[in-house]
This record gives sequence, C-alpha cells and structure tokens, in this order.
Amino acid sequence: MECTLDAQSLISISLRKIHSSRAQRGGIKLHKNLLVSYVLRNARQLYLSERYAELYRRQQHYPDGAPLLAMPACPPPAAAAPPELAALPLPADTQDREARSCGAARGGAELLEVPVCAVPPELQRAPCRDSSPGFYRAAGSAGPGGGGSAAPGLLYAAGCDFASGGAPHCSSRTTVLDLDTHVVTTVENGYLHQDCCSQCPCCCQPAPGLASPPPAPGTKRKYYPGQEEEEEGVEEGEPGGGGVAGGPPFAPCTKRARFEEYSAEHPQDSSNISNLISIFGSGFTGLVSRQQADSEQPLNGQLCSKQALASLGAWTRAIVAF
Amino acid sequence: FLGAGGGNDIQWCFSQVKGAVDDDVAEADIISTVEFNHSGELLATGDKGGRVVIFQQEQENKTQSHSRGEYNVYSTFQSHEPEFDYLKSLEIEEKINKIRWLPQKNAAQFLLSTNDKTIKLWKISERDKRPEGYNLKEEDGRYRDPTTVTTLRVPVFRPMDLMVEASPRRIFANAHTYHINSISINSDYETYLSADDLRINLWHLEITDRSFNIVDIKPANMEELTEVITAAEFHPNSCSTFVYSSSKGTIRLCDMRASALCDRHSKLFEEPEDPSNRSFFSEIISSISDVKFSHSGRYMMTRDYLSVKIWDLNMENRPVETYQVHEYLRSKLCSLYENDCIFDKFECCWNGSDRQVEFLTLIVMTGSYNNFFRMFDRNTKRDVTLEASRENNKPRTVLKPRKVCASGKRKKDEISVDSLDFNKKILHTAWHPKENIIAVATTNNLYIFQDKMN
Repeated sequence: MECTLDAQSLISISLRKIHSSRAQRGGIKLHKNLLVSYVLRNARQLYLSERYAELYRRQQHYPDGAPLLAMPACPPPAAAAPPELAALPLPADTQDREARSCGAARGGAELLEVPVCAVPPELQRAPCRDSSPGFYRAAGSAGPGGGGSAAPGLLYAAGCDFASGGAPHCSSRTTVLDLDTHVVTTVENGYLHQDCCSQCPCCCQPAPGLASPPPAPGTKRKYYPGQEEEEEGVEEGEPGGGGVAGGPPFAPCTKRARFEEYSAEHPQDSSNISNLISIFGSGFTGLVSRQQADSEQPLNGQLCSKQALASLGAWTRAIVAF
Repeated sequence: FLGAGGGNDIQWCFSQVKGAVDDDVAEADIISTVEFNHSGELLATGDKGGRVVIFQQEQENKTQSHSRGEYNVYSTFQSHEPEFDYLKSLEIEEKINKIRWLPQKNAAQFLLSTNDKTIKLWKISERDKRPEGYNLKEEDGRYRDPTTVTTLRVPVFRPMDLMVEASPRRIFANAHTYHINSISINSDYETYLSADDLRINLWHLEITDRSFNIVDIKPANMEELTEVITAAEFHPNSCSTFVYSSSKGTIRLCDMRASALCDRHSKLFEEPEDPSNRSFFSEIISSISDVKFSHSGRYMMTRDYLSVKIWDLNMENRPVETYQVHEYLRSKLCSLYENDCIFDKFECCWNGSDRQVEFLTLIVMTGSYNNFFRMFDRNTKRDVTLEASRENNKPRTVLKPRKVCASGKRKKDEISVDSLDFNKKILHTAWHPKENIIAVATTNNLYIFQDKMN
C-alpha cells in the first residue's frame, strides 16, 4: 500500500492526535487512541528497521567500528534511532509545554499529566541505554500526550514542585487515578507508590526474594452502580492496597517491589533507566509478540536488540496513556 | 445492478427527506442513530444534541395505492443532557449512541436510548382525551372556593387534540466506566445488555440499581490492553447467547449458561489477515464497527472499514461472504488517517425480517462517503451504489445507480475517488422490518426511500 507519509511524519501526526484527543468533548476515546497507538507502533517498527538496515550497511563498510553518527560504539540495533526520534518535530516546545502543564495544574479541575522528566542528561552517555532515554525523552517531550506510565483508562495529575522560586521545577512525579478502582498511584522517579496502601505488604517490603503475593485470581466483582461512593472510604485503609473488592490490584505491586530492589543495588542513573524500562517494557505484550516481551526479565541493563525493540515498543502505549 | 430493473431486483425511489436544507450543519443536529420499531410504524432518530425524534407512518391511504404512508414527526424529546463528572473531571456527551425499541405490549411504546454513560427507558404514550368537569377545579386549574359549589357533577373524558408524551421510566446509570457503544434487548424482552469498550453488563428492564457484569476484558495491567469491545448483540432467538466484536476484527459468541462471567467464548470468529494487504493501518481497518444478527440467527454480519462480512454461526474460521464496500479507499488510507475519516464507524443492516427466508433473500445495506450507500444481494450476487441527495428528490423516481472510478479513465457519470466528499458520510441506515422501506441518515438529514410499487 502506498503511503504518502514517511514513518517519522506518521509518528508525529499520531502523537498530535493523541494530544488533541485530550481536549475533545466526552473524554478520552479509548478505542481511537488504541488504534492510533498501533499506527505509532507500526511506523516506529518501520523506522527502526530502516535505521538498523542502514547502520548495518555502514558497519559492513567500516568493520573496524568507526564512530557512526557520533554515537558511542555499541551493537547497532540497540543504539539506533533514538537520538533521531528525540528530534522529532513535536507539537510544541518542550519547555513551554512543561511550564504550561505545571501552571495549569494549579488551575481548575482539569487533570493534566506531567511528562516524566526523570531522565537526566547524563543518562544519554550510558552505552546501549541511549535508546531508552532518548525514546522516553521524546515521549516525555510530547507533552500531555505522552510520557506517562499508565494506560488508557487512567488519569494523570500534574505533580510539580513550585518550591524553588521562579520557573516551576517539575519533579518527576506523575499521579495516576484509575477510573475503575479509583486507586491513586504516584510514580516518582520511576518508583511507583500506591498512595492509599500504606499497609500494603508488598510495597513496604521490597525483599530481594520478591516475596510479594501473586495477584489475586481474577474473580471480578459485580459492578454495582453507586458502589464507587461506598468504596472510596474503604480504599484508604485497605490492607489489600486500595484495590476494590475482587479486583487484582497487585500485579503492579510485584513490579514495584522489583523496582525498589533493583535501584537499591545500582547507581542512580542506571536505576532510573531500568525503572523506566521496567515500567514500560514489562507490559504491552499484546503489541509486541509475546515471545519477545518477556515480562519476567525486565531488569537487565544491557538489552539485546530484540528486547530493546520489545521494551521500546512500550512507549507507544505510554503515549496513549494520557 | 439492483435497481437496473428486471426480476426480483428492488428499484428504490426517493420518498422523503427530513431535516434542515442548510449546508451549514449545526453540530447538535448531526444524526447519530436510526432505528425502526418492530412494526415499522415508528422510526426513531437520535442526534448529537441528545434529542430523539420519532416519526410515524401514516396509515395507508387506500386511494393512494402507489405509495405507502409518509413518515411525519410524532414526538420529539430531549433524552440526554450534557453532564460533568466532577470526580473524574470528565465531560459526558449527550450524544445518543443507540436507540433500541421494545416490542409493543400495550398502547404505549417503549424505547431504550443511551449516551456514553447512561441508558434510559422512555415511554411514549398518546393522550387524546382529558377529564373535564371537576367540582373543585376550574378548567384552567385554579381551585374553586368550596363554598361556591352548589351542585356536584361527575367529571367526564372529552376528546382533545392528540398529544404524544415521552417520559423517562427508568434510568440505568453508573455502571459503565468507559464509553457505551451498544445496547441490545434480549429475546426474553425482560433483560438487555449494554457494552462499553471493556465491559458488557446485563440489566433487567425493571431494575435500575443493579446490573451484572457478564464480560470484562480489562487486563489486570492496562499496559497490556490490546483490544476493546466495539459492538455487542443478543441472539434474536436464543436468550442466553450473545456476540461481541472487537477492535481486532474478531467476534466472540458467548453463552451465559456456561458461567456467570463470560470471559471464555463459546465460539471465536476470526479470519486470518491477508499478509499482502498489510499496512500501517491494518489494525484500524480491521476493527469491527457493527455486528448484526440475521432474523433467523443463523447468520451474522460485521462491518469493518472497507468491507461487510457475513458469517455463518457454524463456521468460525472465515466468513461465508465478504463484500467490498469501497475498496478504492485502500490506497487512500494515509489521507483518511490524517483527516480522521479512517475512524468513522459505519453501521450495517439486513433487509426486513419478514423478507428473509432462510438464505435466499438476504440483502445487506451499509453506508459510504459522498452520501453513497451500498446494497449487496446475497441471492443475486449483485450490488448497487445509490446516493442520498436532494437532487434526486422527485418522489417515485427510481434512483440511478452510481459508480466510483477507482483509477484510469473516468467514464461518463462516474465519479473519481478524488472528487468524493469525505464530509458527507452515511454511517447509519435502517431497513423497515416488513416492507422495502429504508431510512438513510446523512450528516443531518434523514432520507426515506421505498421500492417502486407496480
């Protein structure tokens, strides 16, 4: 099928669609944004494969490993694309968007998200991990349309720190409200906390052995109209961690425990990256083939090309998560 | 072509058009759903402004045997209003997504109408008499001073001008987190289902404070979401069977007797994708926008962006028939993605139930762009493209078939793909259950066509 647009344009058009969907009446259309995320994935796959092919060709010509496009030496697949993608034409200037998001967060009832600003520049130098921060920076820079760590059906609230005078300083904190369970979750620097589950056993005990209980088997609850109001009071002190009756709230918890464990062992910059990868790479197995996206091993610092693709595929879903 | 004359082919003629003539379309007037009732006497439309307009067919005039009765406005009411969910900071649109009629049990008519979040049961009743002659009240309603009453009389009913009243009898709210896309009344006429992107709920028509969740495809981790529910319908005869379609182009048939939560399907209908057609937009165009059972329940029809498929419930691995609605758009998907047209949700409908005799007289109708709509006749293997336009508005003039020229030299009377008006889309059509009368909704107008009676 002929397409008059190249992959990069498709990506930016898609991001723009997701962004503008937030302003549409009636709330976010889950179906449409899901479909747009598929286009994003497809365009990204093409873009990456073209980049890989080109880099491979170059490597054939320069077998001694001469620098490619001023990138650090690394297996080509993992290091491809992202710096380019970071330069994608984006709807608005990154700084302005973040400033506006922070500013607007103070205002009315409208909930906004703040892109995860948790990618310090020094991460760019880490070999073979360039891919991730570059992507996430791009995703983050896309403004309200991207950078979140939750999925459709969740809402973000900006978490900004205005303590330092002058320009608002965005702490890398994103607060998410699950529309169904009304559980509020905060992601801070890659750490996920479930705000209302102070007694949550798995969150409070990041034992290396990952002792957190498996998710409750999915006996789903009946949805009673009006039940929401009752359960809001219950949520706060719920030892089960804020999930409402019957739902399986602990799947994310198991990953959280891993995050905390991993970052305890590693210096800050690499832990940020792997946390981000874990957040994004562990899921979305439907988008990428199940063989590739192995959610049980998200935490290797070094990712082989296939896994890089798999985990990076997740940022398309992150884009959808507004 | 159908309409080209001969044999059993239907020749469609313009009958009526309802709605503003203005080219400037008010957003609230955009028609969002069209539905005949079970007898075909009533035709309901819903619009983006939350209003329902019901048309009633005139009784057939014996002297005018060359045409069936006209449809005139019977009742208009505001079904849904815009709402704001303060907890989630979300505005809820008043647009009517679906209307479904209940079969008539007494003098009144009942229909279900739904927006994104709330379903309402409306009673439409006629009042053609009123009581007069109260002792303590004047005719205008003011109370009389009891001391002035000297005689007593019995109030009587006197005829009055017909008044049609619509009143909401049930409000089914707060059961859907996501946007409702379908409602379907069960063949038991006591229960109905409502479906949103991720869940399907079962209701009893009498009970508003409780519904049962029968399908839930929300993943434990929303990051793993790969598909949503796009449409759902009860089987016309089997009250424990229903189907739901997905954005991935699959249809699942579920039996409520198997378990309380129908997470496991009894049947999965899916056609493998043709790899040669793979594109950036494959996932979008395979998303099913509508699913409809045939009258017998033996077949069902699905609509995706480019085609209509007929499935035999006994065969899950591929449809028995695939009709291309506008294949010439396949090379334009990129532009259609840019202008958002690729997300348009076309509906489809069968010919009237009385006309369907087993497999023989199945006809399918669906809309397209440029105010074109298409019909496919399973029996004759023929298809036709017609246009809903005020230019063809002479009653009893047979509609001329239209043709789109995909590429190459355009013949006379053909329209090239690039001249198609993609703002003029026909998403909603309905077929009278007993007669060959069809209702076709353009953006803000409702066209009624009838077959040419000899």
